[in-house]
Amino acid sequence: MLNDSGGIIDDLIVYFMNEDWYRVILNAGTHDKDMSWITSQLKEFSDITLTERPDLAMLAIQGPEAIDVFTSLLPGTAAEKVSSLAVFQACDLGELFVGRTGYTGEDGVEVILTAEAAVELWRKLMAADVRPIGLGARDTLRLEAGMALYGLDMDESTSPLVSGLGWTIAWQPEERDFIGRKALQSEKQNGLQQRMVGLLLAGKGVLRSHQQVQFADGGKGEVTSGSFSPTLARSIALARVPATVSTGDACDVDIRGRQVAAVVVKYPFVRNGKAVIEIEHV
Amino acid sequence: MSNVPQELKYTRSHEWVLAGDDGQVTVGITDHAQELLGDMVFIELPEIDSELNAGDECSVVESVKAASDVYAPVTGTVVAVNEKLADAPELINEDPYGDGWMFRLQISDPAQLDSLMDASAYEVIESED
Repeated sequence: MLNDSGGIIDDLIVYFMNEDWYRVILNAGTHDKDMSWITSQLKEFSDITLTERPDLAMLAIQGPEAIDVFTSLLPGTAAEKVSSLAVFQACDLGELFVGRTGYTGEDGVEVILTAEAAVELWRKLMAADVRPIGLGARDTLRLEAGMALYGLDMDESTSPLVSGLGWTIAWQPEERDFIGRKALQSEKQNGLQQRMVGLLLAGKGVLRSHQQVQFADGGKGEVTSGSFSPTLARSIALARVPATVSTGDACDVDIRGRQVAAVVVKYPFVRNGKAVIEIEHV
Repeated sequence: MSNVPQELKYTRSHEWVLAGDDGQVTVGITDHAQELLGDMVFIELPEIDSELNAGDECSVVESVKAASDVYAPVTGTVVAVNEKLADAPELINEDPYGDGWMFRLQISDPAQLDSLMDASAYEVIESED
């Protein structure tokens, strides 16, 4: 969801359920500004109603066995519907709304249900040996999967084009006049100055937000979010760098005053628990 | 409940101090601190021979979650650092009071040791976290 200048208000998900019903899943951290933006845009559309559902909760069940375990708790027909969902598809099962998505780079579902039903499902999942994870673990997973984090990797001052999110823009049909289109078009026409890349740290330490990145040709960039990848046993990051930078380029990152060598890599770093970048040459 | 050995001294910032008979002290971070920080991935240690004042930031322990400063508990000169931590930062998680020690200081003023907390005082600090 963009503002007029093409900056990102939120990286929310919109499910098309039918011609009369769309379901929006927004970030809890951007709830207030999202609601006020949507409400103000709706003034021009008298036939659209926005209904907030504070009675609903969401549980994300993620991992290689997520679909099997979750569907084992459902009646037969519902289980079949969930198993046959494509990635990013959702189905409405009455009490449950199930989307095959997540923020971990693993297979899985996000389940939307009443708060009461959420407690019940949580207990069933625990009984089925599913384990809760904390925010730290979730953050390493989303970063390994190369998924941008709102507020760090993107915000209202950065467009999707310089945030590695160009793939989310539906440019077609040509006359599709979404908010921010003009700004994005002129940003493209003027030539993008920056782009998002992955960094793999060669030396010791941990890449973190706001560390400065220096290239041999004098170009400078900044780590937008970083952490330690348990799967790669290396530190990894997303960084916004000059558009001229290419995969394989070497750089130095300023980690609390030390210049530590890193290399530009294509992300995602990890998919379904397996490394998808080469780390031998680092 | 985390482990708080009786024979050690402690600081409010979660360092432990083992005083030797030779005027040297060994310093590390407490079991409680390592538990809060989680899996260690990088440890930055002070330079040998550097002179530290009590309260100086002198090391960094970095876990998957965050980087945290470690402070010199007393004034002194660094005489040894635990080189093993460079390749095995997890020693701090596994054995915070033993193999996970961080550095050793030759102390300037032994009286400073009296200003550190004993185990029971540190347990109170811990319970307030």
